[in-house]
Amino acid sequence: MYATGYHRASSVEEAVKLKGQHDEGRYLSGGMTLIATMKQRLAAPTDLVDLRHIADLHGISVDGRNVRIGAATPHAEVAGSSALRAICPAICDLAGKIGDPHVRHMGTIGGSIANNDPAADYPAAMLGLGATIITDRRWLSADDFFAGLFETALEEGEMVTGVTFEAPEKAGYAKFANPASRYALAGVFVARRADGVRVAVAGAGADGVFRHSGMEEALAASWSPDAVAGAAVDARDMLTDMHANGEYRANLVKVMAKRAVIAAG
Amino acid sequence: MAKVTLTVNGRTVSGECEERTLLVHFIRDKLGLTGTHVGCDTTQCGACVIHMDGKSVKSCSILAVQASGSSVTTIEGLSSQRELHPVQAAFKEHHGLQCGFCTPGMVMTAVDMINRHGGKLDEATVRHELEGNICRCTGYHNIVKAVLSANAEMQAGRQAAE
Repeated sequence: MYATGYHRASSVEEAVKLKGQHDEGRYLSGGMTLIATMKQRLAAPTDLVDLRHIADLHGISVDGRNVRIGAATPHAEVAGSSALRAICPAICDLAGKIGDPHVRHMGTIGGSIANNDPAADYPAAMLGLGATIITDRRWLSADDFFAGLFETALEEGEMVTGVTFEAPEKAGYAKFANPASRYALAGVFVARRADGVRVAVAGAGADGVFRHSGMEEALAASWSPDAVAGAAVDARDMLTDMHANGEYRANLVKVMAKRAVIAAG
Repeated sequence: MAKVTLTVNGRTVSGECEERTLLVHFIRDKLGLTGTHVGCDTTQCGACVIHMDGKSVKSCSILAVQASGSSVTTIEGLSSQRELHPVQAAFKEHHGLQCGFCTPGMVMTAVDMINRHGGKLDEATVRHELEGNICRCTGYHNIVKAVLSANAEMQAGRQAAE
C-alpha cells in the first residue's frame, strides 16, 4: 500500500469539508473494497476520510412500510434487523449473503452502492426496490444513480448518507456466487408492487447493474417462476471474463430470476 | 505517523504507526501478539480474524488508525485463566487442526458464531458461517465437530448458571 493520510470525521459536514481539502482523497466507510484495492496498489488516495464514526450515518428506521438505512450501516445489521425482515425479508437475505461474516461486520450499504462494483449485490436491491439514494446534497432515484461499471451519478466530493424505499408487496433475491470470491456471477432482485414489477440484475451485465424490461413485463403479466422462461436475455449484453462467458451468464440470469421469484413467494 | 490507542485484551495500549499500517501488523509487530496470523493478506482466508468491539473482523483489511479507540480481543485474550477457552479445548479434543496456521482465526470465528447464534447453532449453520475461513489441512469436519461441541458445552454452562 502506498502511504496515505487519515482523517476521522464526526459529522457529515466535517467529512465533506475534509474531503474538499484533499483533491486526491477518498471517503472510507467499512473499507472492505477500498483497503483491499489500496493494498493491491490499484487505488492510491492521498488521504482517507473515515465515515464509520459519524453517528447520523448509522441505523435502520422502519416507519410502517417506509424504510431508511443509514449509509454506514454494516451488512450484518441489515441482515439481522427484525423490523426490516418483517416487511422486506429479501434485503435482509441479500445482505446476509455478502462476503462472509467478518466482511459483513465491516462493509456498509453506502460503501457498496457508492463503489457500484458490477458484481456487488446492493445495487441490484436498490434498483429492484426503486430506492432513493440520499446524499449530502440531494435525493436521487436508483435509476439515475447507477451509471455503469464502478460509475455513479455522484459528483466530486458528494457522499451517500443513506437510502430509503417503500417495502414492496413481494421481493426476492437469488445469486449464483463465484465460489472463490462470493461475488455474484449473476444476481437477480425481483420486486412486485401494485404499480408493476421491477427486475434488477447484478454481476452479469457488461455495463453493470441493469433492469430487464422483458422479465418485468413477463412477471407483471404472470407472477410465477415459469413466466421468465420466455423472456430473452441477450448474451451480447453480458459480461465475459475468466469466470464465465456471456452465454453462460445470460442463462444464469434467467435461472436466478426464477429462483428469486420462488424466494419472493 | 499516527497515534493509535486501543484496548487490547482488556489492557489499554498506545503506539505510533504509519496511517497505512494494517491492524494485524500493529497487533503482531507493535504489540508482539503473534497469535493473530497473516495468511492470504487478501481478506479471504480468515487467519487474521480478531474481535473488534465484540464483532469478528479481518484485521488484515482494517487500518490500525481505523481501529483506534476500539476494544480488541485477540486469541491471546480469549481466556484470562491458565485454562483453555471452551472453544480452544474443543478444537484440541476433536482434533480440529493439523498444522494450526488457520486455528486462531477459526477459534475467534467460532466464538463470534456461538455468541450470535447461541443455542440455535446446527451443522449447516456452522458450515455456512465458516465461509470466511480457509483451512487447507482438515477438510473442516473436525472443525465443525469442535464448534458444535463447544457450543453445546457453553450452552450447558449458561443454563447451569441461570
